Amino acid sequence: MHTKTIAELAKGLRSGEFSSLELTQSFLNRIKQHPQLNCYITVTEEPALQAAKAADARLAQGNAELLTGIPIAQKDIFCTEGVKTTCGSKMLDNFIAPYNAATVEKFNKAGAVMLGKLNMDEFAMGSSNETSYYGAVKNPWDMTKVPGGSSGGSAAAVAARLTVCATGTDTGGSIRQPAALCGITGLKPTYGRVSRYGMIAYASSLDQGGPMARSAEDAAIMLQTMAGFDEKDSTSVDLPVPDYRQELNNRIEGLKIGLPKEFFSEGLNSDMASIIETAVDEYRKLGAQIIEISMPNLKLAIPAYYVIAPAECSANLSRFDGVRFGYRCENPVDLTDLYTRSRGEGFGKEVKRRILMGTYALSAGYYDAYYIKAQKVRRLISEDFKNALSRVDVIMGPVTPTTAFGIGEKIDNPIEMYLSDFYTIAINLAGVPAMSIPAGFAQGKPVGLQIIGNYFAEDRLLNIAHQYQQVTDWHLQIPKGFE
Amino acid sequence: MNDQWETVIGLEIHTQLATKSKIFSGAATAYGAAPNTQACAVDLGLPGVLPVLNKEAVQLAVKFGMAIEAVVAPYSVFARKNYFYPDLPKGYQISQFELPIVGAGHLDIEVDGVSKRIGITRAHLEEDAGKSLHENFHGLTGIDLNRAGTPLLEIVSEPDMRSAKEAVAYMRKMHELVRYLGISDGNMQEGSFRCDANVSVRPKGQKEFGTRAEIKNINSFKFVEKAINHEIDRQIELIESGGKVIQETRLYDSVKDETRSMRSKEEANDYRYFPDPDLLPVIIDEEFKAQVKSALPELPQAKKQRFKQQYVLEEENATLLTSSRPLADYFETVIKESGCDAKLCANWVTGDLLGALNKAGLDITDTPVSHERLAGLLTRIADHSISGKIAKQVFEEMWQNAASADEIIAAKGLKQISDTGAIESIIDKIIAENPGQVEQYRSGKDKVFGFFVGQVMKEMQGKANPGEVNKMLQAKLNR
Amino acid sequence: MFLTADEVKKIAHLARLGVNDQDIDGYAKDLSGMLNLMTQMGDLNTDGINPMAHPMDQAQRLRADVVTECDNREKFQAIAPQVEAGLYLVPKVIE
Repeated sequence: MHTKTIAELAKGLRSGEFSSLELTQSFLNRIKQHPQLNCYITVTEEPALQAAKAADARLAQGNAELLTGIPIAQKDIFCTEGVKTTCGSKMLDNFIAPYNAATVEKFNKAGAVMLGKLNMDEFAMGSSNETSYYGAVKNPWDMTKVPGGSSGGSAAAVAARLTVCATGTDTGGSIRQPAALCGITGLKPTYGRVSRYGMIAYASSLDQGGPMARSAEDAAIMLQTMAGFDEKDSTSVDLPVPDYRQELNNRIEGLKIGLPKEFFSEGLNSDMASIIETAVDEYRKLGAQIIEISMPNLKLAIPAYYVIAPAECSANLSRFDGVRFGYRCENPVDLTDLYTRSRGEGFGKEVKRRILMGTYALSAGYYDAYYIKAQKVRRLISEDFKNALSRVDVIMGPVTPTTAFGIGEKIDNPIEMYLSDFYTIAINLAGVPAMSIPAGFAQGKPVGLQIIGNYFAEDRLLNIAHQYQQVTDWHLQIPKGFE
Repeated sequence: MNDQWETVIGLEIHTQLATKSKIFSGAATAYGAAPNTQACAVDLGLPGVLPVLNKEAVQLAVKFGMAIEAVVAPYSVFARKNYFYPDLPKGYQISQFELPIVGAGHLDIEVDGVSKRIGITRAHLEEDAGKSLHENFHGLTGIDLNRAGTPLLEIVSEPDMRSAKEAVAYMRKMHELVRYLGISDGNMQEGSFRCDANVSVRPKGQKEFGTRAEIKNINSFKFVEKAINHEIDRQIELIESGGKVIQETRLYDSVKDETRSMRSKEEANDYRYFPDPDLLPVIIDEEFKAQVKSALPELPQAKKQRFKQQYVLEEENATLLTSSRPLADYFETVIKESGCDAKLCANWVTGDLLGALNKAGLDITDTPVSHERLAGLLTRIADHSISGKIAKQVFEEMWQNAASADEIIAAKGLKQISDTGAIESIIDKIIAENPGQVEQYRSGKDKVFGFFVGQVMKEMQGKANPGEVNKMLQAKLNR
Repeated sequence: MFLTADEVKKIAHLARLGVNDQDIDGYAKDLSGMLNLMTQMGDLNTDGINPMAHPMDQAQRLRADVVTECDNREKFQAIAPQVEAGLYLVPKVIE
């Protein structure tokens, strides 16, 4: 059962081939069999079995939706009422969320069965899942390698078939990079397409939730549920949601693909480059037209990002002060001590680094030089995307400069870690949607192809990804030991 | 000593806007609820929650902008003001910094009969903080976040005031305005209207401002005057004894009548303002403004002018009657309902009614004598059913119970007698009974006339029409 | 180095963030590395460019002034470190 897609499972549930309870139980068993990956922070076994029974009843009544009875897991950044929601941090190790995130609510309504909460980099800050208070997640393709981050638990769990699908969030690549390193399909929607309500904020103007799944079709089914206007999120966009599945089968002849020359420079490993070129060739065969483009300001994406994201996070994380929820230090002697020690003991090193960076960038005398400058650079980067996407339908390129790196390899060199996000970060600054789909293997480790589209063109991206997955089988590969 | 020094004062007034729900959440703003029962997930700053702006708060701010003839910003931005304090749940206050919703405007005040225009620099929307309760919880402080997220309009004046008296006049005028506009209940006990004063002194004739001190959280007119005067004295004394005023925040202690330094709040005063990424720019277009404008009430100044012209009122009565919108409305309703002369209505409203309300410590909105009932009374004065004197008796009766003037007049038999036959027979009787006084009057002692009037009125229990009595008595005695 | 240990301490205090003494130099080095990265932005002429705060050029939506939230104190305070009589407790606030 665990190798089937959502559509196949939905069919099986309706034909009586298996029940949601059986399906859920089988995934719970798999989770128990593979604790070494460290994907899950919390497994919600009892509530999952209850939800599965309810789903079976709904299926029997004939008012089920496509996701009814399908096991899913939530990144532990989404608040889940009555269930521990840690954001990968000691700060929230005792935090039982008192409400549901909009995304969680939508999956619950659809009747999806939540298996548990997935490991992640602390407060979504990291590219390797090593900053988690709950320990590193291992890459199912090679247990000595990282799964990527911050949605590392989500990517590893989907790749190892410890869930059918999972949610992720992406602030600078946190869906696409782990999806690439774990060989699954991940989509970061347009900023504002999916509600951020109940998604613990890292950098509010960049954060976006999205689907992580086995295929473009599964991602389309998930996005159908996740997308849409939410009156509780001022930045959510009130535009109609297309029928993503219906668009999947559109032909892509005449598709104009832009390849930014900045994406194919010396930073890219040659194995990776040739895999991306092969994938692009596949599109050429499908009738696409390839155009070289240039996006001159891309090179400034990392510096701009590491001003804007830390600045926003430094304020977003001020609410973790040991007063109303979360970690509180023992026996504070005064107010400053309460704040300083609760935050000092509750946050890990990477989070502290970014809070410090952001506090500095916003402080008196530096605001214009760093924050305003970065916002201006952000405008120029987003203009680059607008210009490019007025000439081509989509932009393609790598997701990462290399395949999954070793656990412990980069954790002590934060700058090197930041630089590895070169291909993903600019997309968040512009706010456009982008996907990562499996495109091959280098030394046995997955490589992702990135497809970047225009604002709200998720339907087009999913269509383009699906067409590729009709003629390739990279997305069907299963890591050894998890078949 | 004050003739060598000039005082410069600017006020920052925080007024709570009269919305039902908070500025960024759907929690209630009602005063006096049990602690933390009106603090929802957004107000508590729970992880993952997001703010959504209350339309009414924006409308009220725009209304205010129009009333002070300011430019309402077509594009304004909310920013985060970062600092740690336990009554500030998110560790930042959502406020407006570089781009406030209301730009420069003005308010005219009057001190000792002289009018002065006070500039208003800006007014911006922001959320209020919670409250720290210092009762002893084993040496700890309790935090109530019910007030957190209540919409505030911060109104910043230019440093245009030159005395505590002017500052009080400005604060009163502003208080009157926000209540007039209905944008705030202005309740100072509940903290709905409070102010910070920036005070500095400089030698007379000097152009540059002196170093200012900010006095925080003054919540009564009495205290604003005392606090400012105290601060002026402190600064002058300090300078004259060779010291220097330092820029700092001071807290007024109304019990000790002194201000003291609040160093704890001063330290590391780097608020790191930046645009709140959870909120988008607020766009106010012409249509929005037109909508607000159509709901804009007549402003106090305009209303006063109209009262003076339309009702031929004197300055004093016009000022008094337009000092609050409910009072002005009451007055105009009484005129309409009674159909009486405006002067009579004005005298009764400003005299008997306001006198009684003041004595009872009540506001016009709590008056036990409704406009219908007062109008009923005035109608009876106008049609000579009762005399002014009897009317006062009826009014006292009305204050105590819910009866109408007519009911009281009937029940107590107070209706004025204008029947000349009845009056004549009483006059004849009185003349017959007092031949000595008649003699005195006829021999030129005019004063005795009053005696006859008194006797007739007494005999008729005050109900005789005094005009008739005078006329008839004169005729009979002069015969 | 862009930042000294003392400056890191000052920023840490502004952020009310406890940092171990032995980690200060490490943070100074990391932050300096980040700031070094940011100097690249200085090479780009951004005169006249409008700073971009949001990916979408949209206006703030306004919600109707309606009370939608009810009292959830018990639920919210169940996860609080220290409460009494409905209040959140903190070390004494001195003004």
